[in-house]
Amino acid sequence: MSIDTETAARVAKLARIRVEDADLPALAQEFNTILGFIEQLREADVEGVEPMVSVTPMRLKRRDDTVTDGNMADRILANAPDAREGFFAVPKVME
Amino acid sequence: MLGKLNMDEFAMGSTNESSVYGNAVNPWRRQGDDTPLTPGGSSGGSAAAVAAGLCLGATGTDTGGSIRQPAAFTGITGFKPTYGRCSRWGIIAFASSLDQAGPMTRTVRDAAIMASAMCGHDPKDSTSADLAVPDFEAMLTGDIRGKVIGIPHEYRMDSMPDEIEALWARGREMLADAGAEIRDISLPHTKYALPAYYVIAPAEASSNLARYDGVRYGHRARLEAGDGITEMYEKTRAEGFGAEVKRRVMIGTYVLSAGFYDAYYNRARKVRTLIKRDFEEVFATGIDAILTPATPSAAFALGEMTQADPVAMYLNDVFTVTVNLAGLPGISVPAGLDAQGLPLGLQLIGRPREEGDLLNTAHALETAAGFVAKPAKWW
Repeated sequence: MSIDTETAARVAKLARIRVEDADLPALAQEFNTILGFIEQLREADVEGVEPMVSVTPMRLKRRDDTVTDGNMADRILANAPDAREGFFAVPKVME
Repeated sequence: MLGKLNMDEFAMGSTNESSVYGNAVNPWRRQGDDTPLTPGGSSGGSAAAVAAGLCLGATGTDTGGSIRQPAAFTGITGFKPTYGRCSRWGIIAFASSLDQAGPMTRTVRDAAIMASAMCGHDPKDSTSADLAVPDFEAMLTGDIRGKVIGIPHEYRMDSMPDEIEALWARGREMLADAGAEIRDISLPHTKYALPAYYVIAPAEASSNLARYDGVRYGHRARLEAGDGITEMYEKTRAEGFGAEVKRRVMIGTYVLSAGFYDAYYNRARKVRTLIKRDFEEVFATGIDAILTPATPSAAFALGEMTQADPVAMYLNDVFTVTVNLAGLPGISVPAGLDAQGLPLGLQLIGRPREEGDLLNTAHALETAAGFVAKPAKWW
């Protein structure tokens, strides 16, 4: 399995991380090194083995479906890079 | 609280060199050599501060060894409790099925005291275990007569320095002298732990770090006229994340992507089941704790690994990562110095949720090792 620059570009796109074209060959090389290492997993005999879902036997706690927090829109929006009129502001989403 | 300490960005790194703020430095130096050494990572700032005597103890988080490896590099005690023992509320998630908080201290007793305060159920972390927390300190009797200590032969690596091998042998002798029975064991899937980890941890990280999109908090890139939402995400994340974080988010994205999910992610989760089963099987034969080296080397020079490929860096966690994959408690105890005067640690791995027993064995090992060396003050 070898990653070319086209695949590297596609992965960067999926991850929503901009990578300049000039940096794609080096990125593809890094992917190949890491994935080459991960390839060892193919040797393991996993026939009939269930994939792990939870490492502890514990069932996740449930709580009542009630509001426990809130009414602090101003404080939440204070962290936003751009907020207007009680909303998070972002660049245009649709053409 | 005395202060906040340095760490690798989003806890991704084994040397502290991927910190946003620049790396912390190990208070220890090689004899007659001023070369600055890594304190390890990711909790390298915590380890350096405790080793330098700046504080009695510090907190750390451990996803693949980030408490135990820096503890070993700085001659202190680093304790990762069982998965779910400590609430992770307030900690930024890296790999949610592996992350666990714990104390980093000068002694096992201090770790026991801190762990008793840190552990327990928290409604704000749904994975935190609703189990009574014993007084861990009261369980430090130092009496380990009749305990069975397993020595896994898969942890003997070809490239392992003789000093680590010798330290491990001394650890066996010390525990035997204290009255424990030493038994050879096998954990046959050990060699797959690191590759499985480097599928599972990046996969979870790519999901957890999706929230860093520049909308609700944190950095947002300056945009060009005409840039839409996708450009904002891509530029923001390219600018905001460091190199190692980007690398892992992209690897995680790849292993979760259509066509590769089964070959990588599901396969890694199956291997994880086998790794956990290895431990369950040895514990079922009466093993109380497992003794291994904590790290494959002593602390190395800052910058030494930056030219190496990422996989060489990942090998730092080869002895610690199995413990996270199986959700077990593990502790690194300083046990000796290498020929250059640098500390080396031994790791003890315990049964799930039996931290008190593990800490007691660690206490016995600590007492026998009598590690009292301190770094000479140069700072």
